[in-house]
Amino acid sequence: MAGAVSALFLLDIKGRVLVWRDYRGDVSAVQAERFFTKLLEQEVDPDLHDPVVYDNGVTYMFIQHNNVFLMTAARQNCNAASIFLFLHRVVDVFKHYFEELEEESLRDNFVVVYELLDEMMDFGYPQYTEAKILSEFIKTDAYRMEVTQRPPMAVTNAVSWRSEGIKYKKNEVFLDVVESVNILVNTNGQIIRSDVVGALKMRTYLSGMPECKLGLNDRVLLEAQGRSTKGKAIDLDDIKFHQCVRLARFENDRTISFIPPDGSFDLMTYRLSTQVKPLIWVEAQVERHSRSRIELLVKARSQFKIYSKLHNCSTATNVEIEIPVPSDATNPNIRTSMGSASYAPEKDALVWKVKSFPGGKEYMVRAEFSLPSITAEESAPDKKAPVRVKFEIPYFTVSGIQVRYLKIIEKSGYQALPWVRYITMAGEYELRLM
Amino acid sequence: MSGHDSKYFSTTKKGEIPELKEELNSQYKDKKKDAVKKVIAAMTVGKDVSSLFTDVVNCMQTENLELKKLVYLYLINYAKSQPDLAILAVNTFVKDSQDPNPLIRALAVRTMGCIRVDKITEYLCDPLQRCLKDDDPYVRKTAAICVAKLYDINAELVEDRGFLDTLKDLISDNNPMVVANAVAALAEIQETSTRPIFEITSHTLTKLLTALNECTEWGQVFILDALSRYKAADAREAENIVERVTPRLQHANCAVVLSAVKMILQQMELITSTDVVRNLCKKMAPPLVTLLSAEPEIQYVALRNINLIVQKRPTILAHEIKVFFCKYNDPIYVKMEKLEIMIKLASDRNIDQVLLEFKEYATEVDVDFVRKAVRAIGRCAIKLERAAERCISVLLELIKIKVNYVVQEAIIVIKDIFRRYPNTYESIIATLCESLDTLDEPEAKASMIWIIGEYAERIDNADELLESFLESFPEEPAMVQLQLLTATVKLFLKKPTEGPQQMIQVVLNNATVETDNPDLRDRAYIYWRLLSTDPEAAKDVVLAEKPVIGDDSNSIESSLLDELLANIPTLSSVYHKPPEAFVSRAKSTSARPDDEEYTDAVETSYSEWPSSSVDSAAVTSTSSPVAHSVAHSVAKQPGQVAAAPTPTSPPAPVPDLLGDLIGLDNTLIPVDQPAAPSGPPLPILLPTSTGQGLQISAQLVRRDGQIFYSLLFENSSQMVLDGFMIQFNKNTLGLAAAGQLQVAPLQPGASARTLLPMVAFQNISAGPPNTLLQVAVKNNQQPVWYFNDKLSLHIFFSEDGRMERANFLETWKSLPDSNEVTKDLPGAIIHNMDATVEHLAEANVFFVAKRRNANKEILYMSAKGPRGVPLLIELTGSVGVPGLNCAVKTPSPEVAPLFFEAMDTLLK
Repeated sequence: MAGAVSALFLLDIKGRVLVWRDYRGDVSAVQAERFFTKLLEQEVDPDLHDPVVYDNGVTYMFIQHNNVFLMTAARQNCNAASIFLFLHRVVDVFKHYFEELEEESLRDNFVVVYELLDEMMDFGYPQYTEAKILSEFIKTDAYRMEVTQRPPMAVTNAVSWRSEGIKYKKNEVFLDVVESVNILVNTNGQIIRSDVVGALKMRTYLSGMPECKLGLNDRVLLEAQGRSTKGKAIDLDDIKFHQCVRLARFENDRTISFIPPDGSFDLMTYRLSTQVKPLIWVEAQVERHSRSRIELLVKARSQFKIYSKLHNCSTATNVEIEIPVPSDATNPNIRTSMGSASYAPEKDALVWKVKSFPGGKEYMVRAEFSLPSITAEESAPDKKAPVRVKFEIPYFTVSGIQVRYLKIIEKSGYQALPWVRYITMAGEYELRLM
Repeated sequence: MSGHDSKYFSTTKKGEIPELKEELNSQYKDKKKDAVKKVIAAMTVGKDVSSLFTDVVNCMQTENLELKKLVYLYLINYAKSQPDLAILAVNTFVKDSQDPNPLIRALAVRTMGCIRVDKITEYLCDPLQRCLKDDDPYVRKTAAICVAKLYDINAELVEDRGFLDTLKDLISDNNPMVVANAVAALAEIQETSTRPIFEITSHTLTKLLTALNECTEWGQVFILDALSRYKAADAREAENIVERVTPRLQHANCAVVLSAVKMILQQMELITSTDVVRNLCKKMAPPLVTLLSAEPEIQYVALRNINLIVQKRPTILAHEIKVFFCKYNDPIYVKMEKLEIMIKLASDRNIDQVLLEFKEYATEVDVDFVRKAVRAIGRCAIKLERAAERCISVLLELIKIKVNYVVQEAIIVIKDIFRRYPNTYESIIATLCESLDTLDEPEAKASMIWIIGEYAERIDNADELLESFLESFPEEPAMVQLQLLTATVKLFLKKPTEGPQQMIQVVLNNATVETDNPDLRDRAYIYWRLLSTDPEAAKDVVLAEKPVIGDDSNSIESSLLDELLANIPTLSSVYHKPPEAFVSRAKSTSARPDDEEYTDAVETSYSEWPSSSVDSAAVTSTSSPVAHSVAHSVAKQPGQVAAAPTPTSPPAPVPDLLGDLIGLDNTLIPVDQPAAPSGPPLPILLPTSTGQGLQISAQLVRRDGQIFYSLLFENSSQMVLDGFMIQFNKNTLGLAAAGQLQVAPLQPGASARTLLPMVAFQNISAGPPNTLLQVAVKNNQQPVWYFNDKLSLHIFFSEDGRMERANFLETWKSLPDSNEVTKDLPGAIIHNMDATVEHLAEANVFFVAKRRNANKEILYMSAKGPRGVPLLIELTGSVGVPGLNCAVKTPSPEVAPLFFEAMDTLLK
């Protein structure tokens, strides 16, 4: 069942090798490059390709980030999920080091890139991908010192994500509860799918090795403790924890206990699949006048409560509604009752922005476009893009999740300040046009 | 933290290599470091900087960790092509593996394991042994993986040196990271071995489950994957395991989640309590659904696996079909997989919603996806009897959109629906016929024609419809022709009127006379004969009732399904194929661009080969048992390092040899003069059984200061063999024939002996030095015979190798210490000092001096190797006790490995 990759390649947008690391000596760069450039020539859009491709005894797995492809080649039956995730982690590590991962930054830092590839993977097995700890002993030129470094304890510790001896003058923790609403509405105006994906994003500035305990209004936990759960407890469908959280403990008594990494990380993510009322509802009427012009009437309604428990008045901010229009439309004539709307030909869409959208309001936009009277006979059918909505609602969560407490205990006994914020955002928020 | 390394890529065009060479030897640290960076930059963009090997290796002994890492990286890349010089690095490696800094210790052992040069691996053993027991877990975890590396290069060595046991001990290491890597290494070794090496007992199971809680996410994956092989003894144990693994479902790393799902599914097989099983199914659903919010590539892997999981346990996701609905921005490969799962999860309860989705997809832009969506509707119709009618009405709606490929796809699936539900939905045929003339794809056309033929009696103008296709009969693809033939016969049998009768004449004529397609012709003849002899029988055959087709959405056969599920989430479960179908352990010995070119060259030379026997020759040689047994015997001798290709190396020598034969065609030597010097028996290299009655024995010998190939041919075949020619493949010492091979025509039962003069340094092979000498012999009667012989350096020792004592001392002092290489020769022995000295002198290894030190005899000797290179030898050992230590100091230390082999042979 075991399996390792043979080599890892960093390739440019045309599929040429920028940097590669040979782990097992059984796939050559020439072979891989030949395969991949051929693949790219076949399809302009790499999206069209399965990310796992078999060629002549070798399995190639690749992801793209900016103008760089990261690709592994394997001759064995390796763990595909693990390798893909590893590639994404490699991206994260490079981003931590070079701010952005792109062809330029790889060239500018190829020495460190080689060092990192050597440390993150050995013989084709993923080893260590904690960017923060890696940067303690693999440094770029600017930070490099002549003293010989040693591997931080964390690399092999059970607590592999945090180094010892961290010190802050002021011990603080910022906890952001971010919920993304995903919704899919079909042409009949029915909600066919809706869920909420939440994340507890933490930024910790804590000294030493702090023990943290997080309390949520989790129904299972509250019931187990025999407390009343009237109204305020919630059911989370699936919870995923950062590796710092003790899973066995959570399984036992639903306690979320952990020693956090230093800096920012996602402590946990969760999912709720309960039907939620669309926070912003969009209706679009499209009238096509033969092949001469097209008229749009779009109404947007905010359906969240005007008063939420957390904050006395919720308002959606940075609302952006994208309404698809035919790709050959011209001469836009647009009027809005609120915000501003403009034609974005590169997206084939009318983009309507409203800075502030209070609960329980309805706004609309009218637009008219000209269409060419002649079209190619064999023209492909128009893309049926959905209406897409983006927004943020601060101080508000759809799920009603609440952080009841965050206890921080460190042996030096300092007092740490936890700060908690809540925000709801649109995730994949799509309404198919009628 | 951005660097400026890109400057190293820009180089001065003129004299780049000499310039770098100079900088590498600079006394300024910074300049040196920059030079190494430039070398690595050049290497990165694919320039060949192997000629700087010695200069780069000289920078290896440095306190600067960054510089050291770069030199190591260089070594990994070029050691293969400069194996002799790579030995130079050994001392530093060994030293580094004892450095006080654990980073350097680990780095040394990690890098040594990556240098796949046999000679280096020998020196790896001791450092590895130490590092496996290092105090620092960082070093131990690196050493654990290194055992797998060494096993990959030389399995025998790993077993002989007891590394496997040390590795197994690491499973009980107190550091979780070390445990995880030991597990990964053992699992890999187990894969390649047929013997049970890594057996998971309930004891190891407990230990590993504990380590699971503490190790890194990647380590958890190693452990879960290894543990999934464990078979629980009973339901209770299975439940216990599941209980320990279930918390992993909450892990943020989706590989951990999927590997945990695999383990749970495996153990569930044993669990009898339906409550427990139901509960587990309930627990697995949410994590599986959450995987669909991961990055698209991971979603793809997850979906391919979920596809298998729902075939085995449909209940897990029975209520979750909505999460598989496609999002507008999903990459197409994700959409395709979602569609497959939607079909599998479609049920009477959710079909209405599913159909709405499919209909939506059928109007999207991507043609492949649209087709798949239309086909999905058909597959649901076939799967769900009660929903078939609704499916058909959706298909009819889609046909009305009149998008060409949608219509064609719809017709293809409707044909299947007719086969599934005969005599139910034929009323829609009229609608289908409207689209007849828009069909231009073979499969759609064939389907439509099938429908017309099958329901000819219900379609009033069936004959007209078919006739319209007949005009283009000769140009149609085979698939359409076959359907047209059958449909016309059906029509004729159902409506035996004048029109159809004429049509059948045309079709049969076309299908028998005008075609090259044997399938079509045979089918036409069968129909023809049936129709002309017994029309009733024809009816029975052609219009026979067809078996009703079924739902194929759960198409994977159950034993394969179980195997695939045991491989979640590996490539096997992504491909839906067992690992042996795609895993290739083909180990190309080196991975360098020149190799690629060289393969190309070989391909062209194949076509240029003048003789027609080339194919059979190639075949005989690749399957030649000689080559195998040679390789085998080498691999079986643990003391001797495998110099001949081990069975895992590519079959490169054969084409290479052929290539040489062509290149040097005019030097092939016809043989006509007999020569029969006698001598001691020669080793048999081509046995009678392989050589179709021809046996060849041969050996390299040195006579009067010249190298000869002594050969003995014995013919026990039934024919006279003549026209012998010989050719040597490129080899480390570049040996080639210097004169003509002189063998008289060999009568059956006769034998001939000959001495072939040889020259050295003619065709030197690239790559690591080895003792392999590949020989091809040809005669006029038989295919080309290939066999392997062994080079020995001692035939090169020249008669003038004697050195005076003073000279010896002076030379010894003048050479730097790095030019001294030492090796233990465990099999060598000195029985009698004088006899040994005499024996060695015969082989041109000359005695210089002798001294005694702590009960050991130390012999100093000299010899002159190839190209007149002086070899200063120091032999240490006790008389009569096996095992000598041999040191050699020479200006070209790269010959040391071959030298040791020679000494080993001489002192046996």
